[in-house]
Amino acid sequence: MRARSPGNRRARTAAPAALALALALTTTGCYRGAGDTGNDGSDTINVLMVNNPQMVDLQRLTARHFTAKTGIKVHFTLLPEDDLRDKMSQDFSSQAGQYDVASLSNYETPIYARNGWLTPLGERAAKDPEFDQRDILAPVRSSLTAADGKIYAEPFYGESSFLMYRKDVLADAGLTMPDRPTWRQVAALAAKLDGARKGMKGICLRGQPGWGQLAAPLTTVVNTFGGTWFDKDWKPGVDSPEFTRATQFYVDLVREHGEAGAPQAGYTECLNDMQQGKVAMWYDATAGVGSLESDGSKVAGKIGYVPAPVEKTKSAGWLYTWAWGVQKASRHQGAAWKFVSWASGKGYERLVGKEWGWSRAPGGKRASLYRDPEYRKESGAFAAATEEAIRTARPDDPGVQPRPAPGIQFVGIPEFSDLGTKVSQEISAALAGKQSVAAALAESRRLAQEVSDAYTDR
Amino acid sequence: MTPTTAPASLRRRRRANGLLGLVAWLCGIAFFLPVAWMVLTSLHSEQDAATNPPSLTAPLTLHGYREFFGAGGGGLSPWPPLVNSLTASVLSTLLVLLLAVPAAYALSIRPVRKWSDVLFFFLSTKMLPLVAGLLPVYLVAQNTGLLDDIWLLVVLYTSMNLPIAVWMMRSFLAEVPVEMLEAASLDGAGLATTLLRIVGPVALPGIAATALISFLFSWNELLFARVLTGVVAGTSPVFLTGFVTSQGLFLAKVCAAATVISLPVLAAGFAAQDKLVQGLSLGAVK
Repeated sequence: MRARSPGNRRARTAAPAALALALALTTTGCYRGAGDTGNDGSDTINVLMVNNPQMVDLQRLTARHFTAKTGIKVHFTLLPEDDLRDKMSQDFSSQAGQYDVASLSNYETPIYARNGWLTPLGERAAKDPEFDQRDILAPVRSSLTAADGKIYAEPFYGESSFLMYRKDVLADAGLTMPDRPTWRQVAALAAKLDGARKGMKGICLRGQPGWGQLAAPLTTVVNTFGGTWFDKDWKPGVDSPEFTRATQFYVDLVREHGEAGAPQAGYTECLNDMQQGKVAMWYDATAGVGSLESDGSKVAGKIGYVPAPVEKTKSAGWLYTWAWGVQKASRHQGAAWKFVSWASGKGYERLVGKEWGWSRAPGGKRASLYRDPEYRKESGAFAAATEEAIRTARPDDPGVQPRPAPGIQFVGIPEFSDLGTKVSQEISAALAGKQSVAAALAESRRLAQEVSDAYTDR
Repeated sequence: MTPTTAPASLRRRRRANGLLGLVAWLCGIAFFLPVAWMVLTSLHSEQDAATNPPSLTAPLTLHGYREFFGAGGGGLSPWPPLVNSLTASVLSTLLVLLLAVPAAYALSIRPVRKWSDVLFFFLSTKMLPLVAGLLPVYLVAQNTGLLDDIWLLVVLYTSMNLPIAVWMMRSFLAEVPVEMLEAASLDGAGLATTLLRIVGPVALPGIAATALISFLFSWNELLFARVLTGVVAGTSPVFLTGFVTSQGLFLAKVCAAATVISLPVLAAGFAAQDKLVQGLSLGAVK
């Protein structure tokens, strides 16, 4: 009777189970999920991109206008900005090669390039006569060039910052906007426009913490007030008199004449306020015109555009661009370039203009767009202002003193996303009235010192 | 005799009951309001959804739902993520049941030696914060080619839910009266018969409750799915986050997506409701 030992019994029940499992695995061995076959085919690429309206438009046009012509299938993954950065750095830093192309900004591009995560695109661009690399606006091109002088990403759209204001509200109040306003003039206008209509505040400025939120417009104000995050030897300037004056000015302006709920207001909230007539002015990204001037917008045609307000510098607008980078580990370099050259190419802006109107065209990157008579006619209100803002942006020399790293509204080092976010949290707390600007900057100084130490020790 | 002359203690008890009822109602409404708000917002246009103060009476539209189902033309289809979620949740739930029921049997009805140690070992696997295991799991997945593979999620969700399922099932099986088992064996029932005809029916509500919990946890899991999947195996919660944008309006779309994605869970809950109530009150009605 030893034959019926528990061990044998177990083996007998285990055998069918193992068989079933093996069967299940062989029949399903190739199945990895419902989302199509991924990028195993040679004419299929995976694209990771930020979920901005311009990217959603691109995704909608791809099947009809790119895949139909080239036979290359494109799988998109759209993510919110923060999630995109997480996912991208995860995939690129491990060179997992899950994504062939990703949307990255001029903040990441030089950093990623230095780490060897990106394929240089200059050679392919030079061999592609239709692409015309020299057509790309110089500040944008140089912001996507790494320290080794090679181009690592091609722009999809570029933006600077400028001041948007309600022409009708100013006219009704008997006020005029200077062609090149200073921040003092803007503050005086905000005071007068506050309450010009029922429930209308003077100006909207971002107050939501985040290096890409509050820190961006604030840093341009700091630049033109003569301040800087770091001097050229990495000495922190966060609590310098200039930085403090700029921050105090920004905080006072928002607290006195800024939008309701300022400590939570970012780009989207300000865009809403502007569209609903809750603010008379808005200093933010030039990309805002896409929504403000689109069909169905309540304020289309009522908005005037002037360059970013200044104090000590000649210009103060930031420079930001979403661009396409190709992962070095990608096994579809050729197909990836074809996609990049289509999305960043000359024909694409025209395509969007024809499909949905010129205000939705991803501009701000090519000089040819601003020479296009059709575009100029349709977008007279903002085209010239946008082009000038981008052309005058100086990413390598945005303030009154030399800088240790490129960037206007950011410092082009990996540590800045963390530093900028933490400092903006302090300043947002000051906006909410929870602490003084001096206290916010004293804490910020400590945070900046840590980054400074890391760079001066090297 | 008028009601006012009822004994004071009775009146006090009635008042306390009324008060408790009121609190229960308030709690219920507090929990339901956000859901109702989500459904309402999903039926507004993006502009109306974004107004502050919120507009209750704005005209209703199905625009958010059309956007979600990709009717905008060339938009991302929601079906692959939904199928992926369903695959991961259903398969992992089946595996969990397949493993948890025998394990629970061996920990309650025919306890193995040191069964309480075993039980605590199961629980201890839940003590490590999930996020602490994320990087190692990612690296293993990358090196074994399992990144962006739904089978990885099936295995992970099974292992994540197994300890809870074992604990739940054990408490349900422990309620099976020993007398019934003894009577069955006296009548000559073998192990298979006992399991199928005695333990099975009694434990069914417990199994239903365990299955539902396991399904819910797998369906709603975001952390691992977000990191480990991409184009092929992305699940619905990951798809949902894709509607959030820092430039432009998205509230109505996200609410529509959240509503649709909650539906399967709600359906599963309703389907299992009877069994669930039995299962959750099993201990109370001996």
